[in-house]
This record gives sequence, structure tokens and C-alpha cells, in this order.
Amino acid sequence: MSDDLLRTPLFSLHEELGARIVPFAGYAMPLQYPAGIMAEHLHTREHAGLFDVSHMGQVRVRSVDGDMHRAALALERLVPVDVAGLKPGRQRYAFFTNDQGGILDDLMIANMGDWFLVVVNAACKAQDIALMEAGLQPDCIVEPLTNRALLALQGPEAETVLARFMPDVASMKFMDARQGTFDGVPVFVSRSGYTGEDGFEISIPSAETERVARALVDQPEVMPVGLGARDSLRLEGGMCLYGSDLDDTTTPVEGTLEWAVQKVRRKGGAREGGFPGSAVVLAQFENGASRRRVGLLPEGRAPVRHGAPLFAQAEGGAQIGVVTSGAFGPQAKAPVAMGYVETAYAPEGTKIFAELRGKRVPVIVAAMPFVPARFKR
Amino acid sequence: MTLYFTKEHEWLRVDGDVAVVGITKHAAEELGEIVFFELNTSASEVKAGDSIAVVESVKAASDVYAPVDGVVTEGNPNLAGNPELISNDPEGEGWMLKLKLTNTAQLSDLMDDAAYHALIS
Repeated sequence: MSDDLLRTPLFSLHEELGARIVPFAGYAMPLQYPAGIMAEHLHTREHAGLFDVSHMGQVRVRSVDGDMHRAALALERLVPVDVAGLKPGRQRYAFFTNDQGGILDDLMIANMGDWFLVVVNAACKAQDIALMEAGLQPDCIVEPLTNRALLALQGPEAETVLARFMPDVASMKFMDARQGTFDGVPVFVSRSGYTGEDGFEISIPSAETERVARALVDQPEVMPVGLGARDSLRLEGGMCLYGSDLDDTTTPVEGTLEWAVQKVRRKGGAREGGFPGSAVVLAQFENGASRRRVGLLPEGRAPVRHGAPLFAQAEGGAQIGVVTSGAFGPQAKAPVAMGYVETAYAPEGTKIFAELRGKRVPVIVAAMPFVPARFKR
Repeated sequence: MTLYFTKEHEWLRVDGDVAVVGITKHAAEELGEIVFFELNTSASEVKAGDSIAVVESVKAASDVYAPVDGVVTEGNPNLAGNPELISNDPEGEGWMLKLKLTNTAQLSDLMDDAAYHALIS
């Protein structure tokens, strides 16, 4: 294992649990444990899985004068999302955009009362922090929380498990975020995740993380789960992976993420535009975009994966799209995928063709998620 | 009937000039639970090293290569509906294909059971 890789506070625990460690975004991370990706995925959907996601970036953003509204409006300069209307104790999905309306990263913003907790992808962490430090001037103090780790506990039994240590979590609804204590350790908890199941994300001081993780993994319902199953879970859940399904050439409209741009930031809204690329994005809200991100269900059993070109016809014709994520869905018991297609081919039920090992296989445009979402709304 | 192994973690059970071919337990464990198997139907006459099949886990596809020169005479008909046979019994019920050997001299380059197990330990 390369000495250049960073380690989370749980590296020794992962080794102790028999993890297969791989490099990911500059970190040594568990791809899977001895149970394997299929078993870890199914266990999360049926019981509870514990994920180390400490490689992600956690950033505290507060106003220079303590005024949350000021900090919110500053964040709204970077994201096409309603931050000023995000109530204390609530979290929202967001994305940074560039001048062409392309997405620079997707993230979560939580209103923690007198500060915002921003959680960003590991691969984009350094650039996101730089973006916030420059873009939130002179209104905000931007503080990367490098002394904190992040765990995700996901699955239908996550609440039962976490409530043993933090009884109050039972009253949390999907996208609530609050401070609390886990066995005396001060933590931040949100009821959210990246699996499509009910679950929690828990931010913990690094020094206490192993203790919290061991307490959770010792619970009979809980299995440790690696990045392999994290990816198959989020794909079945229809959630994007930045770098695969979203990148700086994809706008929120192309990415079928209009739902995340609240009305107040759209044309006619009280805080219309005001984010990078807003002219492009708002025009796409009016006129549509030339391509859309859609769900794809291959016919047959062969998985169709990232990079497979998409065509309108079984033979000949120009390429009309590309697969950006694909795998076998363990819960769906079938191959599942997502990709971009020219807008004419985006309606559900449209039959198109993916090129797989030199042959074209039929693929149907399908709604996502591929398995029912079970958020506690 | 003689058993041979390759460095690419395949086994061959050879009887005269016919070989039954599959992947080893070691390879199956590395791949994780198998969800799909497909014989490369465009390849009936193959040379050692040609891709003859693909095997897929949740996360990734892997090619299976011809261990020696030959003609693919059949694939295991049970794998289309039950690819997990490869994970559960890779050296038995999870056999992948039968190969009629066209150059049996190549077998002397392969490993026996003892040599393969020494390699993987």
C-alpha cells in the first residue's frame, strides 16, 4: 500500500475487520470486507450497514459577524439552491456551478443553528474549499474540519441501533440535522445518506471515531460496508456519483436535478439567479436542455457499464448518448444503469441500444430509483 | 484424466484431447459473487491468450482467456440462469466450457496442483 495514501481514523479497524483496502481519492479505503459486496449491499437494505466516509470534506461556514442570513446569502452566490430559507436543524442537497452552469461538485448543506456544515466529495475537497474561501469573502469564515471523521449508518434498522446510544434520533425526519452526544462524545447527526434507505450520517471528532465505530459495528444488526457496496447501493437508489454521472460539463437541468433548484432561485423567484452560470441554467429551465440523465434497464442479464455508447437503433445510426454508471443491482436482481441521452430519447419506456462487447443490446429508459426509496419523511 | 492450472487462475481437466475449463476457487474469491457469465460466441477456434468468455461481479467485468490452443465445443448451459454456480462451486458445477485441444504439447507448460497451490500461497 502506497505510503502517499491518507488514512482515516478507522484504518486499523478496517484492517482488523479484514477489509480489502484500495486507493480512493488519495485515501486508503475499504472496498469490501470478507462478506463481499453483494452480501454487504443486501445486509444494508435488510438490516444496517456502517460506512466509513471520513475521506469526505466537512467544512464549517459561518458569518464574520454571526449573522446566519448573511452567510446563507453568501453561499447562495455559489449554489443555485435556497440556503436562506433552510431552517435551523435542516439539511439540503446542493451543487457548486461554474460560469457555463456546469456542476463543480455536489454536496450537502446543513443549518446547525449558528453555522452551516457543508459536506463535499473527497475527490473535490481541496478545490471546493478554495472555491468557498474565495467565493464567500468577505462575508464568511470557512473552516475545514480536518479533525473530524464521518460515518454513515444506513438501513431499516439504523434507527433502532443508533437510538440505543442517542434516543432522540427517533424523532428525526429525513434531512433533519442536529448536534447530540453518542456515549458522551459530542457529534453532529443528520438523517440522510447515499443508499436510498433510512439512515444517519454522523460527524465525530477524529480521536473518538474508532470508539463510536466499534460500538456500532458490535451491534447485532450492523455489518461494516465498503465503497464497493456504497456504489451499488447509490446506483440502485438512482443517486449521482460526481465524476461519473455529473461533471463540470453537466448542468442541473441536463442532470435531471431541477428538483434541487428551489423556486426562489428560478426565474420569477425572489432571489432569481445570482449563481455562476445562472443565465445558462435558467434558460434551460425555460427551453429544456439538449440531453438528460436517465435511468436505464438493460434487457437480459449482462450489466452495461460506464462508457458504453448508446444508439437509437439496433444497427447503424449516430450515437445518441452514453452510460455514465452501471452495475448489477443486488436488490433489483438485474443490471441497472444511468446515463445521458439526447432529450428526444429521454421519455420513460423508450427502447434504445447500448454497445456491449461489439454488439448492441436493448436497454429501456426507466424511472429511478430502481428499488423503492425508504426515507423517513 | 489430468488436472492442470494456469498462472491466470484457470484449471483444466484433460481427458485425451478434451479439456473442461473453469476458474479456480482463488480466482472466484477474488472476483466476488458472480452475477453473469457469457461465452464469447465469435470465438470457436482459439489460441492461447484469446478472450473466450466474460464473467461479471456486481462491480466489474473480467475476461476469461483460453489457456491453450483449441476449439470451444460447448459452454456450461447452467451458467446463463445460475451464474452463481461459478462462485459456489468454481471447480465443479461452475465449470465454464469444454475445449477440444489442438496442441496437447502446450499442456507441459502448465502447472500441476502442487505448483499452483504454491503459487497462490
